[in-house]
Amino acid sequence: MSKSFEMNRRGFLGSLAAAGLVPAGMVASGPALAQDAGGILRTPFWPAPTYLNSAISTSGPESFLSPKFYDGLLGYESGMVPKPSLATAWEISEDGLTVTFTLREGVTWHDGEPFTSHDVAFTFMEVLKVHHGRGVNTFANLTSVDTPDDYTAVFNLSKPSPAMMRALDSRECPILPAHLYEGTDIMENPVNTAPVGTGPFKLESYEIGSAVVMVPYEDYWDEGYPLLDRFIVQFVPDPATRAAMLESGQTDAIFLGMIPTQEILRIAEMDGFEMTTTGFEAMPSGLQLEFNLENEILANKLVRQAIAHAIDTNWILENVFYGMGQTGASPLHYDQRPFYTTEGVPSYPFDLAKANELLDEAGYPRGEGDMRFKLMLDPSPWGTESINSSAYIREVLRQVGIDVEVRQQDFAVFVTTVWTERKHDLVLYTATMGVDPTIGVHRFYLSSNFQPGTGFSNGAHYDNPEVDELLNAASIEMDEEARIAQYAEFQQIAYEDLPIVKMVDIAAAPTLASTRVHDFAPDALGALGSLKQTWVEQ
Amino acid sequence: MTQTSGPITGNGTKKAGPFAALSSPLGRYILRRLVQALLVMVLVMVGSFFLMKLAPGDFVDVLAGTRDLTAEQTAELRARYGLDQPLVIQLVRYMGLLATFDFGYSPINAAPVTDVILARLPVTAILVVASVSLSMVIGTLFGIAAARNAGKPVDLGISIFMLLLYATPSFIVAIMLILVFGLKLGLMPIAGYESVGMGYTGWQHIWDVTRHLTLPVVALCTFYIAIYGRIGRASMLEVMRLDFVRTARAKGISEGRVFYVHALRNALLPLITMAGLQVSSLVGGAVLIETVFGLPGMGRTAYDAVLQRDTNLLLGVIFTSSLAVVTVNFVIDMLYMVLDPRVNLK
Repeated sequence: MSKSFEMNRRGFLGSLAAAGLVPAGMVASGPALAQDAGGILRTPFWPAPTYLNSAISTSGPESFLSPKFYDGLLGYESGMVPKPSLATAWEISEDGLTVTFTLREGVTWHDGEPFTSHDVAFTFMEVLKVHHGRGVNTFANLTSVDTPDDYTAVFNLSKPSPAMMRALDSRECPILPAHLYEGTDIMENPVNTAPVGTGPFKLESYEIGSAVVMVPYEDYWDEGYPLLDRFIVQFVPDPATRAAMLESGQTDAIFLGMIPTQEILRIAEMDGFEMTTTGFEAMPSGLQLEFNLENEILANKLVRQAIAHAIDTNWILENVFYGMGQTGASPLHYDQRPFYTTEGVPSYPFDLAKANELLDEAGYPRGEGDMRFKLMLDPSPWGTESINSSAYIREVLRQVGIDVEVRQQDFAVFVTTVWTERKHDLVLYTATMGVDPTIGVHRFYLSSNFQPGTGFSNGAHYDNPEVDELLNAASIEMDEEARIAQYAEFQQIAYEDLPIVKMVDIAAAPTLASTRVHDFAPDALGALGSLKQTWVEQ
Repeated sequence: MTQTSGPITGNGTKKAGPFAALSSPLGRYILRRLVQALLVMVLVMVGSFFLMKLAPGDFVDVLAGTRDLTAEQTAELRARYGLDQPLVIQLVRYMGLLATFDFGYSPINAAPVTDVILARLPVTAILVVASVSLSMVIGTLFGIAAARNAGKPVDLGISIFMLLLYATPSFIVAIMLILVFGLKLGLMPIAGYESVGMGYTGWQHIWDVTRHLTLPVVALCTFYIAIYGRIGRASMLEVMRLDFVRTARAKGISEGRVFYVHALRNALLPLITMAGLQVSSLVGGAVLIETVFGLPGMGRTAYDAVLQRDTNLLLGVIFTSSLAVVTVNFVIDMLYMVLDPRVNLK
């Protein structure tokens, strides 16, 4: 391991930055001395993972841990610009139906076996297309992967799949070792909790529900990396405890909003801590209020628009999210560039008089107790954002004569109530919008995705053939200009129909670290990447 | 009150043969307790199973939500774990497994339930043993001191202190301990039961674990110290009024000896009962303390199992804790007999 090699590279980047050639964010934040590189990074996380493999579970802890052990075909620079990882080059055919990846040679798995195109074919066809929640849709058009030689993988598609090219990173699509998975029960394979990857870190120990300890893989293909000598993730359920650990120096960094925003802002003010919100385009998420259109009151568009006018999304942004984000203005997230737009998209500024007017017009005059009608609001139980926002929404909707009752339940009951039994009226939840709208946004709006029993499907029961057509076209459109136009039209129509009002586009979960920690948000994946460039001053 | 040591030895009739022990009153008593325990355990397991199933949603709903699963994938998972079967069949299958001491598979941990429980048990065991013994010793000492000085300022002081401990919820104590000893003074580790990934061994490891568990144990103790203190004081004062104490005094035995030798032993019975209750409640889990200190113990495991609808794991935890409770109760009953020969077990 030549750490000095890395230092030379950092010096090189530094001189480029000085010349204005690279964004400053790519360069080490402090003067890096060779003897500094390395160190032990400790971070708390919650919940504890089920697997250490994000190919078969896309939930939070897996997404955070798996990319340390596994690589993807590609990585993404800020702005979702693809960069080489296990694939060194890639070529999309003219018709968009074949994508040829040239794979890196000399890569080995943590058990010493060589990495080949067979691993790629196996992972996509047998694992990601079958067991990965989003993968089923992302790779729906992937019919086969040819392996003409050990270092070439040819993806054959039945239709062009532009979103696929944004989903090939180590978190979304880690490449698994075929020699350990082939012919086994993939979901219960022991490798799921004892990972053997090609990634920069290998597992030293894993205590279920307690801690994961990682050490560098000495034969990692990106020579000189990872910089850390040891990477320790401890599973700590209480956010206040996690904050105290950081403050007392018993942990070095907090990733992915692992402590409440007000605590992050408080500790960030203190000496010796540094906060960043950069480097997380790969995980845009939003808080959205969805209407059950099967409710006859909510089926009335005027009522939905009145509710949108009655809620001051800026209040929620400032008071619940401490300003970390933007008020919602479209079905897409502002980080979903270049498709996000507000041009021609109807807006619903905070206006109680207007809301009252629309409700009167809809034919719901105020009655007993000055109320027009009654609605049930189900806030998502994870985190605190939905629950806190729901208290505000209840009060403000009462002002326009809508008697809202908030129903707080645990996760399983919440999901069952809304998506299986469909007993809800209004549901307020945070959701990921996906690296590409096809992956994260289509599911809420496509009529074909009205699937009772499946969480976070089209829970509104929204059905607009025009929107279906636009989304289906956009999912296979290889021409970016055309795709931008399709999504612009979708945003205009969907926000006019308003099956969902976006409350807040949440800014990337801030990372808060001791100033001894360097280079912890290097690219579009941020902490969901490998963190191989991260190092800690001793 | 001096001839107390040695086991109770039947009523004189001795029979030969391998089952002789079972025909003695003590043997019959133990046998009856075993049968009772088995019945209790079966009832607990069946009851817990149905309670868990009464809650809306199963763990596949939870997984589907956190993993963005499709309808086909959720159906496949339900079939894999038998959740598509009628409840009675699920119960019969589970009890069948349990009869072979197999707790099944925990899908939220991707590991056999036995492995998960074995990993959690040591933390809980240390917490229980340390906090029960510590709170019992300290509480009893306070109780004795208060009783010895009944009505004097020392008694009043102790009583006020006990009331304070009694009225402060353990999680508040925990948070205060973290703020003072973890954050302000920086003396103690805040979370976990060891310094993860430091590879300590031997005495270094024991010292490390001791440091990590000190604050949680103290937090678990405070409430019970107050309980033992109050019970101990009341019990001592009551025993001191009994006839045998008057007799002992009449024989000219010193007040100190009467107090510490004759009375104390008799005053211990209610404290032992309390210890049994404390063990039972702690084995089931100190969820709040485990949460605040980030300790992977049984309570936290059960709590997460309920939230994520991991029936196998929850039932495994319940089985283990109820086994512990049944055992502890049995041991306590035996202890009564040793401490007070008047206690007759039938």
